[in-house]
Amino acid sequence: MKLITAVVKPHKLEDVRTALETFGVTGMTVTEASGYGRQKGHTEVYRGAEYEVDLVPKVRLEVVIEDGDASDVLDVIVKAAQTGKIGDGKVWVTPVETIVRVRTGEVDGDAL
Amino acid sequence: MTLMEINAGDTAWVLVSAALVFLMTPGLAFFYGGMVRVKSVLNMMMMSAITIGVVTVLWVVVGYSLTFGGDNGGVIGNFSVAGLKGLIAPDAVSGTIPTLAYVGFQLMFAIITPALISGAIADRASFRGWIVFVALWTSLVYFPVAHSVWYLDGEGGGGFIGTGIKAIDFAGGTAVHVNAGAAALALAIVLGKRVGWRKDPMRPHSLPLVVLGAGLLWFGWFGFNAGSALTAGTTAAVTFVNTQCATAAAVIGWLIVERIRHGKATTLGMASGAVAGLVAITPACGALTPVGSLILGVVAGGICAFAVSLKYKLGFDDSLDVVGVHLVGGLVGSLAIGFLGTAAAPSAVDGLFYGGGAGQLGRQALANVIVGVYSFVVAFILAKLIDLTIGFRIKEDDEVTGIDQLEHAESAYDFLAAGSGLRGPATVVRTPAPAAPVDDAPEKDASEKEGANA
Repeated sequence: MKLITAVVKPHKLEDVRTALETFGVTGMTVTEASGYGRQKGHTEVYRGAEYEVDLVPKVRLEVVIEDGDASDVLDVIVKAAQTGKIGDGKVWVTPVETIVRVRTGEVDGDAL
Repeated sequence: MTLMEINAGDTAWVLVSAALVFLMTPGLAFFYGGMVRVKSVLNMMMMSAITIGVVTVLWVVVGYSLTFGGDNGGVIGNFSVAGLKGLIAPDAVSGTIPTLAYVGFQLMFAIITPALISGAIADRASFRGWIVFVALWTSLVYFPVAHSVWYLDGEGGGGFIGTGIKAIDFAGGTAVHVNAGAAALALAIVLGKRVGWRKDPMRPHSLPLVVLGAGLLWFGWFGFNAGSALTAGTTAAVTFVNTQCATAAAVIGWLIVERIRHGKATTLGMASGAVAGLVAITPACGALTPVGSLILGVVAGGICAFAVSLKYKLGFDDSLDVVGVHLVGGLVGSLAIGFLGTAAAPSAVDGLFYGGGAGQLGRQALANVIVGVYSFVVAFILAKLIDLTIGFRIKEDDEVTGIDQLEHAESAYDFLAAGSGLRGPATVVRTPAPAAPVDDAPEKDASEKEGANA
Protein backbone atom coordinates (compact mmCIF):
# COMPACT_ATOMS: atom_id res chain seq x y z
CA MET A 1 0.00 0.00 0.00
CA LYS A 2 1.00 3.58 -0.50
CA LEU A 3 0.30 6.79 1.35
CA ILE A 4 -0.18 9.67 -1.02
CA THR A 5 0.30 13.08 0.56
CA ALA A 6 -0.60 16.20 -1.39
CA VAL A 7 -0.10 19.79 -0.33
CA VAL A 8 -2.27 21.92 -2.59
CA LYS A 9 -3.92 25.32 -2.81
CA PRO A 10 -6.98 25.48 -0.54
CA HIS A 11 -9.35 26.41 -3.35
CA LYS A 12 -8.33 23.31 -5.34
CA LEU A 13 -9.37 20.92 -2.55
CA GLU A 14 -12.88 20.44 -3.88
CA ASP A 15 -11.62 19.69 -7.42
CA VAL A 16 -9.16 17.11 -6.10
CA ARG A 17 -11.76 15.53 -3.84
CA THR A 18 -14.26 15.18 -6.70
CA ALA A 19 -11.63 13.75 -9.03
CA LEU A 20 -10.51 11.18 -6.47
CA GLU A 21 -14.09 10.18 -5.76
CA THR A 22 -14.69 9.66 -9.48
CA PHE A 23 -11.55 7.52 -9.61
CA GLY A 24 -12.88 5.39 -6.74
CA VAL A 25 -10.92 6.59 -3.73
CA THR A 26 -13.36 6.32 -0.84
CA GLY A 27 -11.82 8.39 1.93
CA MET A 28 -9.19 10.92 2.76
CA THR A 29 -7.78 13.02 5.57
CA VAL A 30 -7.58 16.78 5.08
CA THR A 31 -5.59 19.15 7.27
CA GLU A 32 -5.18 22.89 7.09
CA ALA A 33 -1.52 23.64 6.57
CA SER A 34 0.79 26.52 5.84
CA GLY A 35 4.19 26.67 4.28
CA TYR A 36 6.25 27.89 1.42
CA GLY A 37 8.16 26.60 -1.54
CA ARG A 38 10.24 28.40 -4.10
CA GLN A 39 7.93 31.40 -4.22
CA LYS A 40 8.72 32.35 -0.59
CA GLY A 41 5.36 33.79 0.38
CA HIS A 42 4.43 37.38 -0.35
CA THR A 43 4.72 40.96 0.89
CA GLU A 44 2.00 42.90 2.73
CA VAL A 45 2.01 46.66 3.44
CA TYR A 46 0.40 48.29 6.49
CA ARG A 47 0.70 52.08 6.59
CA GLY A 48 3.96 51.83 4.73
CA ALA A 49 5.45 49.10 6.95
CA GLU A 50 6.23 46.11 4.72
CA TYR A 51 5.87 42.58 6.09
CA GLU A 52 7.29 39.48 4.42
CA VAL A 53 4.68 36.78 4.88
CA ASP A 54 6.65 33.56 4.34
CA LEU A 55 3.98 31.04 5.19
CA VAL A 56 1.02 30.83 2.84
CA PRO A 57 -2.15 28.81 3.52
CA LYS A 58 -2.39 25.32 2.00
CA VAL A 59 -4.33 22.13 2.57
CA ARG A 60 -2.62 18.82 3.19
CA LEU A 61 -4.52 15.83 1.86
CA GLU A 62 -3.71 12.21 2.64
CA VAL A 63 -5.03 8.99 1.09
CA VAL A 64 -3.89 5.40 1.49
CA ILE A 65 -4.32 3.23 -1.61
CA GLU A 66 -3.30 -0.10 -3.13
CA ASP A 67 0.19 -0.20 -4.66
CA GLY A 68 -1.12 -0.58 -8.22
CA ASP A 69 -3.21 2.58 -8.04
CA ALA A 70 -0.39 4.87 -6.93
CA SER A 71 0.66 6.34 -10.23
CA ASP A 72 -2.96 6.80 -11.41
CA VAL A 73 -3.98 8.53 -8.19
CA LEU A 74 -0.87 10.70 -8.40
CA ASP A 75 -1.94 11.72 -11.90
CA VAL A 76 -5.52 12.42 -10.84
CA ILE A 77 -4.38 14.68 -8.02
CA VAL A 78 -1.84 16.58 -10.10
CA LYS A 79 -4.33 17.19 -12.91
CA ALA A 80 -7.06 18.34 -10.54
CA ALA A 81 -4.84 20.60 -8.45
CA GLN A 82 -2.93 22.23 -11.26
CA THR A 83 -3.45 25.92 -12.05
CA GLY A 84 -0.11 26.41 -13.79
CA LYS A 85 0.76 29.25 -11.46
CA ILE A 86 3.43 29.37 -8.79
CA GLY A 87 2.45 27.80 -5.45
CA ASP A 88 0.41 24.87 -6.83
CA GLY A 89 2.01 22.52 -4.29
CA LYS A 90 3.56 19.06 -4.15
CA VAL A 91 2.42 15.44 -4.11
CA TRP A 92 4.50 12.56 -2.82
CA VAL A 93 4.16 8.82 -2.30
CA THR A 94 5.40 6.86 0.69
CA PRO A 95 5.17 3.11 1.40
CA VAL A 96 2.76 1.94 4.11
CA GLU A 97 3.54 -1.26 6.01
CA THR A 98 0.14 -2.06 7.37
CA ILE A 99 -3.23 -0.50 7.99
CA VAL A 100 -6.07 -1.50 10.32
CA ARG A 101 -9.71 -0.37 10.28
CA VAL A 102 -10.40 0.54 13.90
CA ARG A 103 -14.10 -0.43 13.89
CA THR A 104 -13.73 -3.98 12.59
CA GLY A 105 -10.10 -4.87 13.00
CA GLU A 106 -9.80 -5.59 9.25
CA VAL A 107 -6.26 -5.39 7.97
CA ASP A 108 -4.50 -3.96 4.87
CA GLY A 109 -6.50 -4.30 1.61
CA ASP A 110 -9.74 -5.03 3.46
CA ALA A 111 -9.27 -1.96 5.60
CA LEU A 112 -9.09 0.50 2.69
CA MET B 1 -33.70 83.71 29.57
CA THR B 2 -37.10 82.12 29.16
CA LEU B 3 -38.50 78.92 27.78
CA MET B 4 -39.63 80.80 24.70
CA GLU B 5 -36.06 81.03 23.47
CA ILE B 6 -35.59 77.27 23.19
CA ASN B 7 -35.77 76.18 19.57
CA ALA B 8 -37.02 72.62 19.12
CA GLY B 9 -35.14 72.06 15.85
CA ASP B 10 -31.85 73.28 17.27
CA THR B 11 -32.31 71.24 20.43
CA ALA B 12 -33.14 68.11 18.48
CA TRP B 13 -30.11 68.58 16.24
CA VAL B 14 -27.71 69.09 19.14
CA LEU B 15 -29.07 66.09 21.06
CA VAL B 16 -28.86 63.88 17.98
CA SER B 17 -25.37 65.23 17.32
CA ALA B 18 -24.36 64.42 20.88
CA ALA B 19 -25.48 60.83 20.32
CA LEU B 20 -23.55 60.76 17.02
CA VAL B 21 -20.41 62.01 18.72
CA PHE B 22 -20.87 59.41 21.45
CA LEU B 23 -20.86 56.68 18.80
CA MET B 24 -17.40 57.81 17.74
CA THR B 25 -15.83 56.41 20.91
CA PRO B 26 -17.08 52.84 20.34
CA GLY B 27 -16.11 53.45 16.69
CA LEU B 28 -12.63 54.41 17.80
CA ALA B 29 -12.50 51.24 19.91
CA PHE B 30 -13.15 49.17 16.77
CA PHE B 31 -10.75 51.27 14.68
CA TYR B 32 -7.93 50.88 17.18
CA GLY B 33 -8.97 47.36 18.24
CA GLY B 34 -8.65 46.03 14.70
CA MET B 35 -5.19 47.51 14.32
CA VAL B 36 -3.58 45.71 17.26
CA ARG B 37 -2.62 42.08 17.56
CA VAL B 38 -5.03 39.34 18.66
CA LYS B 39 -3.59 39.28 22.17
CA SER B 40 -4.35 42.91 22.97
CA VAL B 41 -7.59 43.81 21.17
CA LEU B 42 -9.75 43.79 24.32
CA ASN B 43 -7.38 46.05 26.23
CA MET B 44 -7.31 48.45 23.30
CA MET B 45 -11.10 48.61 23.27
CA MET B 46 -11.27 48.92 27.05
CA MET B 47 -8.94 51.91 26.98
CA SER B 48 -11.55 53.73 24.90
CA ALA B 49 -14.49 52.42 26.91
CA ILE B 50 -13.10 53.42 30.29
CA THR B 51 -12.84 57.05 29.21
CA ILE B 52 -16.65 56.99 28.88
CA GLY B 53 -16.90 56.06 32.55
CA VAL B 54 -14.15 58.24 33.99
CA VAL B 55 -14.77 61.38 31.97
CA THR B 56 -18.56 61.32 32.32
CA VAL B 57 -18.26 61.30 36.10
CA LEU B 58 -15.59 64.00 36.06
CA TRP B 59 -17.59 66.13 33.64
CA VAL B 60 -20.72 66.14 35.76
CA VAL B 61 -18.90 66.75 39.03
CA VAL B 62 -16.48 69.52 37.97
CA GLY B 63 -15.56 69.23 34.29
CA TYR B 64 -18.36 71.16 32.69
CA SER B 65 -18.06 73.88 35.30
CA LEU B 66 -14.29 74.19 34.85
CA THR B 67 -14.68 74.30 31.08
CA PHE B 68 -17.76 76.40 30.47
CA GLY B 69 -18.75 77.81 33.86
CA GLY B 70 -17.39 81.36 34.17
CA ASP B 71 -13.87 82.48 33.42
CA ASN B 72 -10.58 82.94 35.22
CA GLY B 73 -8.05 84.81 33.12
CA GLY B 74 -9.21 83.22 29.90
CA VAL B 75 -7.69 79.84 30.81
CA ILE B 76 -10.14 78.03 33.09
CA GLY B 77 -13.70 78.21 34.41
CA ASN B 78 -14.79 77.93 38.02
CA PHE B 79 -16.97 75.78 40.26
CA SER B 80 -20.16 77.82 39.79
CA VAL B 81 -22.03 74.97 38.11
CA ALA B 82 -20.18 72.05 39.69
CA GLY B 83 -22.47 69.03 39.80
CA LEU B 84 -24.43 70.75 37.01
CA LYS B 85 -26.07 72.81 39.75
CA GLY B 86 -29.22 74.48 38.54
CA LEU B 87 -28.88 73.24 34.97
CA ILE B 88 -31.92 70.96 35.04
CA ALA B 89 -34.16 74.00 35.57
CA PRO B 90 -36.32 74.92 32.57
CA ASP B 91 -34.78 78.39 32.40
CA ALA B 92 -31.22 77.05 31.99
CA VAL B 93 -30.81 77.96 28.34
CA SER B 94 -27.72 78.46 26.18
CA GLY B 95 -28.48 80.26 22.94
CA THR B 96 -31.51 78.45 21.57
CA ILE B 97 -31.00 75.12 23.32
CA PRO B 98 -31.27 73.91 26.91
CA THR B 99 -27.88 74.24 28.59
CA LEU B 100 -28.01 70.52 29.40
CA ALA B 101 -28.09 69.72 25.67
CA TYR B 102 -24.81 71.63 25.39
CA VAL B 103 -23.50 69.86 28.50
CA GLY B 104 -24.24 66.48 26.91
CA PHE B 105 -22.83 67.45 23.52
CA GLN B 106 -19.57 68.78 24.93
CA LEU B 107 -19.24 65.77 27.24
CA MET B 108 -18.85 63.53 24.21
CA PHE B 109 -15.88 65.62 23.03
CA ALA B 110 -14.30 65.34 26.47
CA ILE B 111 -14.73 61.54 26.31
CA ILE B 112 -13.22 60.90 22.91
CA THR B 113 -10.23 63.22 23.26
CA PRO B 114 -8.33 61.15 25.84
CA ALA B 115 -9.53 57.97 24.11
CA LEU B 116 -7.66 59.12 20.98
CA ILE B 117 -4.40 59.18 22.95
CA SER B 118 -4.60 55.48 23.81
CA GLY B 119 -3.62 54.40 20.30
CA ALA B 120 -0.07 55.56 20.93
CA ILE B 121 0.51 53.13 23.81
CA ALA B 122 -1.21 49.99 22.53
CA ASP B 123 -0.26 46.63 24.06
CA ARG B 124 1.84 47.94 26.95
CA ALA B 125 0.10 50.36 29.34
CA SER B 126 -1.21 49.19 32.70
CA PHE B 127 -4.96 49.66 32.85
CA ARG B 128 -4.92 51.43 36.23
CA GLY B 129 -2.09 53.68 35.03
CA TRP B 130 -4.22 54.59 32.03
CA ILE B 131 -7.28 55.33 34.18
CA VAL B 132 -5.28 57.63 36.45
CA PHE B 133 -3.75 59.33 33.41
CA VAL B 134 -7.17 59.90 31.82
CA ALA B 135 -8.54 61.49 34.99
CA LEU B 136 -5.53 63.76 35.51
CA TRP B 137 -4.92 64.73 31.88
CA THR B 138 -8.58 65.50 31.27
CA SER B 139 -8.64 67.71 34.39
CA LEU B 140 -5.32 69.46 33.87
CA VAL B 141 -5.21 69.66 30.09
CA TYR B 142 -8.52 69.07 28.36
CA PHE B 143 -10.71 71.28 30.57
CA PRO B 144 -8.44 74.37 30.43
CA VAL B 145 -7.64 73.91 26.73
CA ALA B 146 -11.31 73.52 25.76
CA HIS B 147 -12.09 76.57 27.89
CA SER B 148 -9.31 78.60 26.27
CA VAL B 149 -10.45 77.67 22.77
CA TRP B 150 -14.24 77.66 23.04
CA TYR B 151 -15.49 79.57 26.08
CA LEU B 152 -17.35 82.80 25.31
CA ASP B 153 -18.54 85.07 28.10
CA GLY B 154 -21.37 86.52 26.04
CA GLU B 155 -19.76 89.97 25.91
CA GLY B 156 -17.12 89.27 23.28
CA GLY B 157 -14.60 87.92 25.78
CA GLY B 158 -13.72 84.45 27.01
CA GLY B 159 -10.96 81.88 26.49
CA PHE B 160 -7.63 83.41 25.49
CA ILE B 161 -7.13 81.28 22.38
CA GLY B 162 -10.60 81.72 20.88
CA THR B 163 -11.24 85.33 21.82
CA GLY B 164 -7.73 86.62 22.61
CA ILE B 165 -5.56 85.15 19.87
CA LYS B 166 -8.70 84.74 17.74
CA ALA B 167 -7.63 81.40 16.39
CA ILE B 168 -10.45 79.46 14.74
CA ASP B 169 -11.18 75.93 15.91
CA PHE B 170 -14.69 75.17 14.79
CA ALA B 171 -15.04 71.66 16.18
CA GLY B 172 -11.78 70.68 17.79
CA GLY B 173 -8.74 70.49 15.50
CA THR B 174 -6.73 72.27 18.18
CA ALA B 175 -8.65 71.44 21.37
CA VAL B 176 -9.15 67.78 20.47
CA HIS B 177 -6.71 66.53 17.85
CA VAL B 178 -3.53 68.54 18.32
CA ASN B 179 -4.18 68.33 22.05
CA ALA B 180 -4.53 64.53 22.00
CA GLY B 181 -1.77 64.05 19.42
CA ALA B 182 0.79 65.95 21.49
CA ALA B 183 -0.12 63.97 24.61
CA ALA B 184 0.15 60.76 22.58
CA LEU B 185 3.69 61.67 21.56
CA ALA B 186 4.61 62.28 25.20
CA LEU B 187 3.17 58.94 26.29
CA ALA B 188 4.83 57.00 23.47
CA ILE B 189 8.18 58.46 24.57
CA VAL B 190 7.68 57.86 28.31
CA LEU B 191 6.36 54.31 27.98
CA GLY B 192 8.93 53.34 25.37
CA LYS B 193 8.78 50.92 22.50
CA ARG B 194 6.80 47.70 22.42
CA VAL B 195 8.80 44.50 22.88
CA GLY B 196 9.94 43.44 19.43
CA TRP B 197 9.11 46.75 17.75
CA ARG B 198 10.46 46.77 14.19
CA LYS B 199 11.49 43.12 14.60
CA ASP B 200 8.36 41.10 15.30
CA PRO B 201 5.36 41.29 12.99
CA MET B 202 2.72 43.65 14.43
CA ARG B 203 0.18 43.51 11.67
CA PRO B 204 -3.41 44.65 12.32
CA HIS B 205 -5.31 41.55 13.41
CA SER B 206 -8.61 42.53 11.73
CA LEU B 207 -8.90 45.05 8.95
CA PRO B 208 -12.70 44.60 8.76
CA LEU B 209 -12.87 45.87 12.37
CA VAL B 210 -10.72 48.84 11.34
CA VAL B 211 -13.09 49.60 8.46
CA LEU B 212 -16.12 49.22 10.75
CA GLY B 213 -14.53 51.63 13.22
CA ALA B 214 -13.61 54.13 10.52
CA GLY B 215 -17.18 53.97 9.20
CA LEU B 216 -18.65 54.65 12.64
CA LEU B 217 -16.17 57.49 13.14
CA TRP B 218 -17.12 59.04 9.80
CA PHE B 219 -20.83 58.75 10.59
CA GLY B 220 -20.42 60.17 14.09
CA TRP B 221 -18.18 62.96 12.84
CA PHE B 222 -21.13 64.63 11.17
CA GLY B 223 -22.40 65.25 14.69
CA PHE B 224 -18.95 66.34 15.82
CA ASN B 225 -18.62 69.00 13.14
CA ALA B 226 -22.14 69.94 12.05
CA GLY B 227 -23.42 69.63 15.62
CA SER B 228 -20.85 72.23 16.67
CA ALA B 229 -22.96 74.81 14.82
CA LEU B 230 -25.32 74.40 17.80
CA THR B 231 -28.21 75.34 15.51
CA ALA B 232 -29.97 73.43 12.77
CA GLY B 233 -29.30 75.93 10.02
CA THR B 234 -26.91 77.06 7.30
CA THR B 235 -23.77 76.69 9.39
CA ALA B 236 -24.62 73.08 10.19
CA ALA B 237 -25.28 72.41 6.50
CA VAL B 238 -22.00 73.98 5.38
CA THR B 239 -19.95 72.10 7.97
CA PHE B 240 -21.75 68.84 7.14
CA VAL B 241 -20.98 69.08 3.43
CA ASN B 242 -17.41 70.28 4.05
CA THR B 243 -16.86 67.28 6.34
CA GLN B 244 -17.92 64.89 3.59
CA CYS B 245 -15.84 66.66 0.92
CA ALA B 246 -12.59 66.71 2.88
CA THR B 247 -12.93 63.13 4.09
CA ALA B 248 -13.65 61.70 0.67
CA ALA B 249 -10.75 63.65 -0.84
CA ALA B 250 -8.41 62.54 1.95
CA VAL B 251 -9.13 58.90 1.15
CA ILE B 252 -7.99 59.61 -2.40
CA GLY B 253 -4.97 61.61 -1.21
CA TRP B 254 -3.74 58.86 1.11
CA LEU B 255 -4.26 56.13 -1.50
CA ILE B 256 -2.41 58.08 -4.19
CA VAL B 257 0.61 58.44 -1.91
CA GLU B 258 0.43 54.75 -1.01
CA ARG B 259 0.12 53.65 -4.60
CA ILE B 260 3.15 55.69 -5.58
CA ARG B 261 5.31 54.73 -2.59
CA HIS B 262 4.37 51.08 -2.09
CA GLY B 263 2.61 50.03 -5.25
CA LYS B 264 -0.75 49.18 -3.66
CA ALA B 265 -3.80 51.05 -2.45
CA THR B 266 -4.53 49.35 0.89
CA THR B 267 -7.63 48.99 3.02
CA LEU B 268 -5.82 50.31 6.07
CA GLY B 269 -4.73 53.28 3.98
CA MET B 270 -8.32 53.95 2.95
CA ALA B 271 -9.54 53.89 6.56
CA SER B 272 -6.58 55.96 7.74
CA GLY B 273 -7.09 58.50 4.97
CA ALA B 274 -10.73 58.89 5.99
CA VAL B 275 -9.78 59.57 9.61
CA ALA B 276 -7.01 61.96 8.54
CA GLY B 277 -9.51 63.89 6.44
CA LEU B 278 -12.03 64.02 9.27
CA VAL B 279 -9.35 65.28 11.64
CA ALA B 280 -8.14 67.93 9.21
CA ILE B 281 -11.56 69.34 8.37
CA THR B 282 -12.59 69.53 12.04
CA PRO B 283 -11.13 72.97 12.80
CA ALA B 284 -11.76 74.24 9.28
CA CYS B 285 -15.25 72.95 8.49
CA GLY B 286 -16.82 76.36 9.18
CA ALA B 287 -14.17 78.36 7.37
CA LEU B 288 -13.91 76.75 3.93
CA THR B 289 -15.98 76.27 0.81
CA PRO B 290 -16.74 72.71 -0.31
CA VAL B 291 -14.05 73.02 -3.02
CA GLY B 292 -11.64 74.35 -0.40
CA SER B 293 -12.51 71.29 1.67
CA LEU B 294 -11.72 68.97 -1.23
CA ILE B 295 -8.30 70.62 -1.54
CA LEU B 296 -7.67 70.43 2.19
CA GLY B 297 -8.74 66.77 2.21
CA VAL B 298 -6.46 65.57 -0.56
CA VAL B 299 -3.51 67.50 0.90
CA ALA B 300 -4.17 66.28 4.45
CA GLY B 301 -4.56 62.68 3.29
CA GLY B 302 -1.27 62.86 1.42
CA ILE B 303 0.66 64.56 4.21
CA CYS B 304 -0.62 62.18 6.89
CA ALA B 305 0.29 59.18 4.73
CA PHE B 306 3.86 60.47 4.83
CA ALA B 307 3.66 61.52 8.48
CA VAL B 308 2.97 58.01 9.77
CA SER B 309 6.52 57.06 8.71
CA LEU B 310 7.97 59.72 11.02
CA LYS B 311 8.00 57.35 13.97
CA TYR B 312 10.41 55.04 12.18
CA LYS B 313 12.73 57.92 11.37
CA LEU B 314 12.54 59.52 14.81
CA GLY B 315 12.47 56.25 16.75
CA PHE B 316 9.35 56.50 18.92
CA ASP B 317 6.74 53.76 18.96
CA ASP B 318 3.45 55.58 18.43
CA SER B 319 1.73 52.23 17.95
CA LEU B 320 -1.33 53.28 15.96
CA ASP B 321 -0.06 56.60 14.55
CA VAL B 322 -1.93 59.04 16.76
CA VAL B 323 0.81 61.59 16.10
CA GLY B 324 0.87 61.03 12.35
CA VAL B 325 -2.90 61.19 11.98
CA HIS B 326 -4.22 63.41 14.78
CA LEU B 327 -1.38 65.80 15.61
CA VAL B 328 -0.30 66.26 12.01
CA GLY B 329 -3.85 66.10 10.60
CA GLY B 330 -5.12 68.60 13.17
CA LEU B 331 -2.23 70.95 12.41
CA VAL B 332 -2.76 70.73 8.66
CA GLY B 333 -6.47 71.49 9.02
CA SER B 334 -5.91 74.30 11.44
CA LEU B 335 -3.23 75.96 9.33
CA ALA B 336 -5.35 75.46 6.22
CA ILE B 337 -7.76 78.05 7.61
CA GLY B 338 -4.94 80.56 7.15
CA PHE B 339 -4.71 79.64 3.46
CA LEU B 340 -8.15 78.50 2.36
CA GLY B 341 -10.42 80.37 4.76
CA THR B 342 -13.03 82.54 3.08
CA ALA B 343 -15.16 85.30 4.50
CA ALA B 344 -18.13 83.77 2.69
CA ALA B 345 -18.08 80.77 5.04
CA PRO B 346 -19.64 80.85 8.53
CA SER B 347 -16.32 81.50 10.32
CA ALA B 348 -16.00 84.63 8.11
CA VAL B 349 -12.21 84.88 7.81
CA ASP B 350 -10.23 85.35 4.61
CA GLY B 351 -7.05 83.29 4.35
CA LEU B 352 -4.00 83.95 2.20
CA PHE B 353 -5.55 82.57 -0.98
CA TYR B 354 -8.57 84.86 -0.51
CA GLY B 355 -6.55 88.02 0.02
CA GLY B 356 -6.71 87.94 3.81
CA GLY B 357 -2.97 88.20 4.41
CA ALA B 358 -0.92 86.00 6.71
CA GLY B 359 -2.47 87.21 9.96
CA GLN B 360 -4.88 84.33 10.43
CA LEU B 361 -2.21 81.79 9.52
CA GLY B 362 -0.02 83.19 12.28
CA ARG B 363 -2.89 83.08 14.78
CA GLN B 364 -3.63 79.46 13.89
CA ALA B 365 0.02 78.48 14.23
CA LEU B 366 0.40 80.25 17.58
CA ALA B 367 -2.71 78.62 19.05
CA ASN B 368 -1.59 75.14 18.01
CA VAL B 369 1.94 75.60 19.28
CA ILE B 370 0.63 76.74 22.67
CA VAL B 371 -1.83 73.86 22.99
CA GLY B 372 0.60 71.29 21.61
CA VAL B 373 3.46 72.27 23.88
CA TYR B 374 1.24 72.56 26.98
CA SER B 375 -0.38 69.18 26.35
CA PHE B 376 2.97 67.50 25.61
CA VAL B 377 4.67 68.87 28.72
CA VAL B 378 1.85 68.10 31.14
CA ALA B 379 1.25 64.64 29.63
CA PHE B 380 4.98 63.89 29.86
CA ILE B 381 5.13 64.90 33.53
CA LEU B 382 1.94 63.02 34.40
CA ALA B 383 3.12 59.86 32.62
CA LYS B 384 6.49 59.99 34.42
CA LEU B 385 4.79 60.49 37.79
CA ILE B 386 2.40 57.61 37.18
CA ASP B 387 5.27 55.39 36.03
CA LEU B 388 7.31 56.19 39.13
CA THR B 389 4.43 55.64 41.56
CA ILE B 390 1.89 53.01 40.50
CA GLY B 391 3.66 51.99 37.28
CA PHE B 392 2.49 52.77 33.77
CA ARG B 393 4.21 50.12 31.68
CA ILE B 394 3.44 46.44 32.15
CA LYS B 395 6.20 43.84 32.54
CA GLU B 396 7.92 42.47 29.46
CA ASP B 397 6.71 38.92 30.14
CA ASP B 398 3.12 40.07 30.43
CA GLU B 399 3.41 42.05 27.22
CA VAL B 400 4.73 39.03 25.37
CA THR B 401 1.95 36.83 26.76
CA GLY B 402 -0.64 39.47 25.94
CA ILE B 403 -2.15 42.35 27.88
CA ASP B 404 -5.72 41.02 27.48
CA GLN B 405 -4.93 38.07 29.72
CA LEU B 406 -2.98 40.16 32.22
CA GLU B 407 -5.39 43.05 32.63
CA HIS B 408 -8.77 41.58 31.84
CA ALA B 409 -8.45 37.78 32.25
CA GLU B 410 -10.04 37.34 28.85
CA SER B 411 -9.12 36.63 25.27
CA ALA B 412 -10.98 38.11 22.32
CA TYR B 413 -11.34 34.99 20.22
CA ASP B 414 -11.79 31.31 20.97
CA PHE B 415 -9.60 29.85 18.24
CA LEU B 416 -9.22 26.49 19.90
CA ALA B 417 -11.55 25.29 22.62
CA ALA B 418 -9.16 22.47 23.59
CA GLY B 419 -7.18 23.26 26.71
CA SER B 420 -9.63 25.78 28.10
CA GLY B 421 -11.75 23.54 30.35
CA LEU B 422 -13.71 24.87 33.30
CA ARG B 423 -11.67 24.98 36.47
CA GLY B 424 -12.72 24.95 40.13
CA PRO B 425 -16.19 24.80 41.68
CA ALA B 426 -16.77 28.52 41.37
CA THR B 427 -16.85 28.33 37.60
CA VAL B 428 -19.00 25.18 37.21
CA VAL B 429 -22.50 25.87 35.98
CA ARG B 430 -24.73 23.76 38.19
CA THR B 431 -27.93 22.20 36.90
CA PRO B 432 -30.75 22.54 39.47
CA ALA B 433 -31.72 19.22 41.07
CA PRO B 434 -35.16 17.86 40.05
CA ALA B 435 -38.09 18.96 42.17
CA ALA B 436 -39.55 15.43 42.61
CA PRO B 437 -39.60 14.08 46.20
CA VAL B 438 -36.70 11.76 47.03
CA ASP B 439 -39.09 8.92 48.03
CA ASP B 440 -40.67 8.69 44.54
CA ALA B 441 -37.55 7.87 42.61
CA PRO B 442 -34.62 7.62 44.93
CA GLU B 443 -32.15 6.05 42.48
CA LYS B 444 -32.80 8.41 39.59
CA ASP B 445 -32.77 11.40 41.84
CA ALA B 446 -29.49 10.41 43.39
CA SER B 447 -27.82 9.92 40.02
CA GLU B 448 -29.09 13.24 38.72
CA LYS B 449 -27.83 14.98 41.81
CA GLU B 450 -24.46 13.37 41.37
CA GLY B 451 -24.42 14.45 37.75
CA ALA B 452 -25.38 17.94 38.65
CA ASN B 453 -22.52 18.27 41.07
CA ALA B 454 -19.90 16.58 38.91
